[in-house]
Amino acid sequence: MNRTYDVVIVGGGPAGLAAALAAKREGAERVVILERNQEPGGILNQCIHNGFGLHTFSEELTGPEYADRFIRKVKEEKIPIFPGTTVLAVNADHTVTAMNSREGIVKLRAGAIVLCMGCRERPRGALNLPGFRPAGIFSAGTAQRLVNIEGCLPGREVVILGSGDIGLIMARRMTLEGATVKAVAELMPYSGGLKRNIVQCLDDFGIPLKLSHTVVDIGGKERVESVTLARVDEHQKPIPGTEEKISCDTLLLSVGLIPENELSIEAGIAINPATKGPTVNERLETSIPGIFACGNVLHVHDLVDYVSEEAAAAGKNAARFVQNGNQNSKGKTVVTVIAGNGVRYTVPSVIHPENMNENQKIRFRVGTVFRDVYLSVYLNNKRIRHKKCRILTPGEMEEVILKKEELGSDLHPEKITMVVEED
Amino acid sequence: MEKRELTCIGCPMGCLLTVEKDEIGVQSITGYTCKRGRIYGEKEVTNPTRIVTTTVRVQGGVHPVVPVKTSSDIPKAAVYACMEAIRTICPKAPVDAGEILAKNIAGTGANLIATASCKALETCRNNPN
Amino acid sequence: MYDIIIIGAGVCGAAIARELSRYEAKICVLEKEEDVCCGTSKANSGIIHAGFDAENGTWKAKMNVQGNKMMPKMAEELDFPYQQLGSLVVCTDEKRRNGLEQLLERGRKNGVKGLRILEREELLGMEANISDGAVAALYAPTGGIVCPFEMNLAYAENACTNGVEFRFSTRVKEIRKREGSMKGTDSLLPAGYEVICETKDGEKEVFTTRFLINAAGVYADVIHNMVCKEKLCITPRRGDYVLLDKTAGMHVSHTIFALPDGMGKGVLITPTVHGNLLVGPTAIEISDREGTNTTAEGLLQVAVKSQKTVKNLPMNQTITSFAGLRAHEKGGDFILGEASDAPGFVDCAGIESPGLSSAPAIGVWIADLMKERMHLREKEHFVSKRKGMVHPFSLSDEEHNELIQKNPAYGTIACRCEKISEGEILDAIHRPLGARSLDGIKRRTRAGMGRCQAGFCTPGTMELVSRELQVPMTELTKCGGNSKIVVGFTKEEAKRR
Repeated sequence: MNRTYDVVIVGGGPAGLAAALAAKREGAERVVILERNQEPGGILNQCIHNGFGLHTFSEELTGPEYADRFIRKVKEEKIPIFPGTTVLAVNADHTVTAMNSREGIVKLRAGAIVLCMGCRERPRGALNLPGFRPAGIFSAGTAQRLVNIEGCLPGREVVILGSGDIGLIMARRMTLEGATVKAVAELMPYSGGLKRNIVQCLDDFGIPLKLSHTVVDIGGKERVESVTLARVDEHQKPIPGTEEKISCDTLLLSVGLIPENELSIEAGIAINPATKGPTVNERLETSIPGIFACGNVLHVHDLVDYVSEEAAAAGKNAARFVQNGNQNSKGKTVVTVIAGNGVRYTVPSVIHPENMNENQKIRFRVGTVFRDVYLSVYLNNKRIRHKKCRILTPGEMEEVILKKEELGSDLHPEKITMVVEED
Repeated sequence: MEKRELTCIGCPMGCLLTVEKDEIGVQSITGYTCKRGRIYGEKEVTNPTRIVTTTVRVQGGVHPVVPVKTSSDIPKAAVYACMEAIRTICPKAPVDAGEILAKNIAGTGANLIATASCKALETCRNNPN
Repeated sequence: MYDIIIIGAGVCGAAIARELSRYEAKICVLEKEEDVCCGTSKANSGIIHAGFDAENGTWKAKMNVQGNKMMPKMAEELDFPYQQLGSLVVCTDEKRRNGLEQLLERGRKNGVKGLRILEREELLGMEANISDGAVAALYAPTGGIVCPFEMNLAYAENACTNGVEFRFSTRVKEIRKREGSMKGTDSLLPAGYEVICETKDGEKEVFTTRFLINAAGVYADVIHNMVCKEKLCITPRRGDYVLLDKTAGMHVSHTIFALPDGMGKGVLITPTVHGNLLVGPTAIEISDREGTNTTAEGLLQVAVKSQKTVKNLPMNQTITSFAGLRAHEKGGDFILGEASDAPGFVDCAGIESPGLSSAPAIGVWIADLMKERMHLREKEHFVSKRKGMVHPFSLSDEEHNELIQKNPAYGTIACRCEKISEGEILDAIHRPLGARSLDGIKRRTRAGMGRCQAGFCTPGTMELVSRELQVPMTELTKCGGNSKIVVGFTKEEAKRR
């Protein structure tokens, strides 16, 4: 391993691969990907279902196929990938400490760093689910790896808590492998999963989706023997008397994803409490100049296509940072992007109009389901967008594109506010 | 007259479609709010199809299984027969992504294709990189 | 025929085994679970109490204070994590101040050193997050924390190194007194006991022994009552706990107790030796001796009661919750010593809090008793030191690199949250009394104990255990018995259907 690089990419999943490619194509010569697993591709390697790549390649690919498209290009560009390499620390001075079995602990110097660590699943403990702690409780992604990579069946009779896409996909996967999925319970009155997955993963197999339900007890001392579900009220508290005990040997949890920002936090990077990812500016640069973030470590995405697109922008900006240095000083005007009524977060959360491209994408998610509303964008107090939306759901990432001239500094822009409005 | 209720998968709206059909074909579709919804409703009732993605066990590979898919969508009713046919397929490593592992799987006309590669255990041992 | 059989491989059974392993004797530990540290010893506060809590003159007071004094030396000798953080009993009601005085007085009589009462100002200087209602506190500088798993393991491993046999998955079903008296011994010595056990596959196995030590935790009354006419009665008391992420580990820097009030004993808040924050326990009397299930009410109690002494607790940083059972005997004190109506049968029963703190002292006390009773001779080559697990990240970078060069497995991270390498997992499997299950790996290495709660590392750890022990993935368990992690291989399963 060399010790000095232009751009060091932390993580070789979909974000890391796309960021590396873009950085190289933008002219960064020495780009390296540090990947903790033995193979690049990240979580896509276990996502063997199809539906990836419609936006990027105009065809439906499986996860491994989608990853392979990028891995091939990364190899063509001769970008080194160091497998089995765990990054131990990222420092504000652009040093990266990493470890693997071949070289031990090494320190790399980077012109710029792109954080692509992805996210992790919320475990049972984070929900404080009461009951026993037997074998047979898995987060959906763990079960997915056991089935699709290890060739093992985690259980025969399954209850799933959470109707996120991984949970839905696993309902179908377990069913096809001979298990019986008895129910999918969802705390909220709506599912965060794609309609397609609800139909093709649950309805196709007659699996009931129980909205506004949660797990109130887990039975079984050695292996799961039962799961008790109950209906919840509007404050998501279980309603006594609605309990239903379902005998099963497995509980899968698909109850949310959390960006993995332990390295970012230790580096001193500011975190947005709404996304649990770094706060970034228009160049996807974190609070530490020259350290960029993209993909699920920045905010949890719905489609991998958007991860690749965002990561390409981050990689390109990282390469430019190496070539042109810190751009923050040039952008004297700082515009804050505010998630207003109905909007849960925006990425980026800061824009320097002088540094922005002609078109600036702002990605956001709403906090609950809205039907027949308007999505509005205010520049200071002036409404500059007013878009009719038939439906906005928390499960889907939305975007608006702002034009550079809309933010011309002669307008003295201070803040951009995004809101959901009735009319 | 058979009446089916479906959820459209075209977008997050998830329109509830009601499709009525008899021996001749689809007689009415209601509940859709765009053209895609109507097309989906008709197809889903007359000729529903799915792509099957799963794994096959590999002999002598670095992983015990390798992921596969059907080369095209197959009739929804044939999904389980397809899974049953796939169960008995057990290629020897190495397997290359894109390799056809079985032709005309379960008589559906679709081929079974590996969607990832799986190296053989020996090659892996001799060449740790 | 064994000289001594110890029932139970919890912290007391292990400490007794280790202290007895100094002597020439054939000793065996019988454990119903598949590993050491599977009952009360694995699910408790991990607190080394100073010793002011127990009434003067009780076994609890004596053993606690003595155990506390032994702890620094034992931690060094057996290489387990121990920190003398000091503890605070916080009073939040001006009218109940005398409660602190009473504790102080009791503690002094028990022989606890360094106790003093702090006023609010000084308390705030030590703990910024102390609750606004706190008026004063009793400070005990000798209070501390340990890793309860590693303490238990350390004693057991060292006992094993010194020749003690351990039989796991071996449940005592019946105990019979042997007739007559031991040949060639003085008439006071009994003929010994037959211990009839059920092993893993439901088979019967009989062990004979001259002396029998009962360290069976919440089952100690059951074991005792198999032999003795004078009955014991243990009621399990469940304690629910909540464990917070390491990001919350600095919220307090001492173990914080609440001064007990009319509403019962409060919950404690403490850093753990690994930098997490532990909050709990509840105290709920139950009848099921395996009833380690948390309840919604219990977890709510933990969240509510903890706010009394400490403010702004980041309960949203919870990574797991669990419950442990304390073996409460109706007499309220530890029961130590030879049973009056069963010569050669020695109890170590009713070991609830402060059992962990007392374990080193209990081990020595019982070993001394046995030495006298059995005229045991010291071994020539007793190995008093145990070397703990290698913790690569506690080394300097140079040493760490050397370690990886020698064994590359230390360079591959298996558990990303706790930064545990494959090398450490292999060590855990191959040490004396090595791990056989995923929980066994977890207790020895911490792999799977972090914020993702084994979501990422489970499959990889399974692969390692499967490879090293030559056991198929489908036979691996979470914690022995029927706790299989997966139920089959995929394509075989479809056939079943």
